[in-house]
Amino acid sequence: MRSIKKIEMPLTYEKVKGLKAGDMVEITGVIYTGRDSAHKRMVQALEKGDEMPFELEDSIIYYVGPAPAKPGAVIGSAGPTTSYRMDDLTIPLIETGLRGMIGKGTRSKKVIDSMVRHGAVYFAAIGGAGALIANSIKEAEVVAYGDLGTEAVRRLRVEGFPAVVAIDSYGGNIYDTEREKYKR
Amino acid sequence: MRELHVKEIENAVREMCISSNYNLPEDVYKKLSESKNTEESEIGRDILENIIKNADLAKENRVPICQDTGMATLFIELGQEVFLTGGDFEDAVNEGVRKGYEEGYLRKSIVRDPLLRDNTGDNTPAVIHLKIVPGDRVKIVVAPKGFGSENMSRIKMLKPSDGMKGVEDFVIQAVSEAGPNPCPPIFVGVGIGGTFEKVAETAKRALLRNVDDCNPDPSLAEMEKRLLLKINDLGIGPQGLGGRTTAIAVKVETYPTHIAGLPAAVAINCHATRHEERIL
Ligand code: SF4
Repeated sequence: MRSIKKIEMPLTYEKVKGLKAGDMVEITGVIYTGRDSAHKRMVQALEKGDEMPFELEDSIIYYVGPAPAKPGAVIGSAGPTTSYRMDDLTIPLIETGLRGMIGKGTRSKKVIDSMVRHGAVYFAAIGGAGALIANSIKEAEVVAYGDLGTEAVRRLRVEGFPAVVAIDSYGGNIYDTEREKYKR
Repeated sequence: MRELHVKEIENAVREMCISSNYNLPEDVYKKLSESKNTEESEIGRDILENIIKNADLAKENRVPICQDTGMATLFIELGQEVFLTGGDFEDAVNEGVRKGYEEGYLRKSIVRDPLLRDNTGDNTPAVIHLKIVPGDRVKIVVAPKGFGSENMSRIKMLKPSDGMKGVEDFVIQAVSEAGPNPCPPIFVGVGIGGTFEKVAETAKRALLRNVDDCNPDPSLAEMEKRLLLKINDLGIGPQGLGGRTTAIAVKVETYPTHIAGLPAAVAINCHATRHEERIL
């Protein structure tokens, strides 16, 4: 079994530079959720110079729209959503200090270029394993855009959140390299 | 003539929305478990193991397998000797969806206006495919489908001369381009023939078949096998992170078509292929 790297938030530039595509990680600390509509609003806020829902510097955004929490639960199932839909809206956030993203599926060349330029990393979590992933989420609280329902921005406190470094800050991308290995 | 109160339809829909989202069909579960033993990639095996763990957990704790509890898609066969009483049929189906998604703590993912994008708040309306059939029974299939995979489905109006090879190339291209996005291992439904709208529905219906069955037509059964091999040779693997398990099944369904056309559709479903059936 390969070893697992433990990541403590905040995710600094130095920590990002120590991660390589293919590394298995467990993330602990505070991360934020955001998907389609929240991205649109965050980028609009940036353009207008309005306040952001959270401090982007050295943060991680998790692309997720969780299911409602059952009574007594912190959150419902909460696996990643497909990342390419956020591609165009991601670049301004990376330029403002966003250090990591968690989602599923590969990213555009433009996003990868921006990750390399600014030092950011992209993690893949297992799509469709929302019940399992929810176990690593210890606190969840809506901090912005509550009207968006499942798409609102949430502050999550996670412990040992499981993910793989899919694209690193050097442009290494296991979506490309691994697929090539198993092609016949 | 048999009378059936629409409340019974509502109740069945409500219960199936919940249970189909909590319980992976057994055939799918079994196939995914088996593929763990044949997967060559270490990351791939690890992912498959977690997918199975996740399904176990969802069943045990009665929570959705995936947070994307989908747009409720229903295939209903209404016996022509059934006389529905007590209200509007479609309202009853939607009421079942509304209650199921609320009571089951399922995600509300539907926006009223596709351009303005305001959430309806109750996951309605459902998409209903209705067929009138002989008899006095009502068969209801609830198939919630997430959009990670729905977004990767494709349709193409091929030329008759493109033939079987043209269809196969199109399927492989669609799956290859989809890559990691539809949460592989995927379940692939292929529709061939009909019209523009019919072929999409045909492909969708193919997703309801059992993982292990094959088309009764030998040449289509061969096509299913061939496509499965070709897809798994793409190397996409579990979650697109490389491996030999890209698809667990390919199902092909056909419908007569026009002399000038060869419509083809690829409906892609994720490993969380969910559907449940009940006969009233
Ligand atoms: S594609 Fe399927 S498994 Fe993946 S996130 Fe969507 S519904 Fe869930």
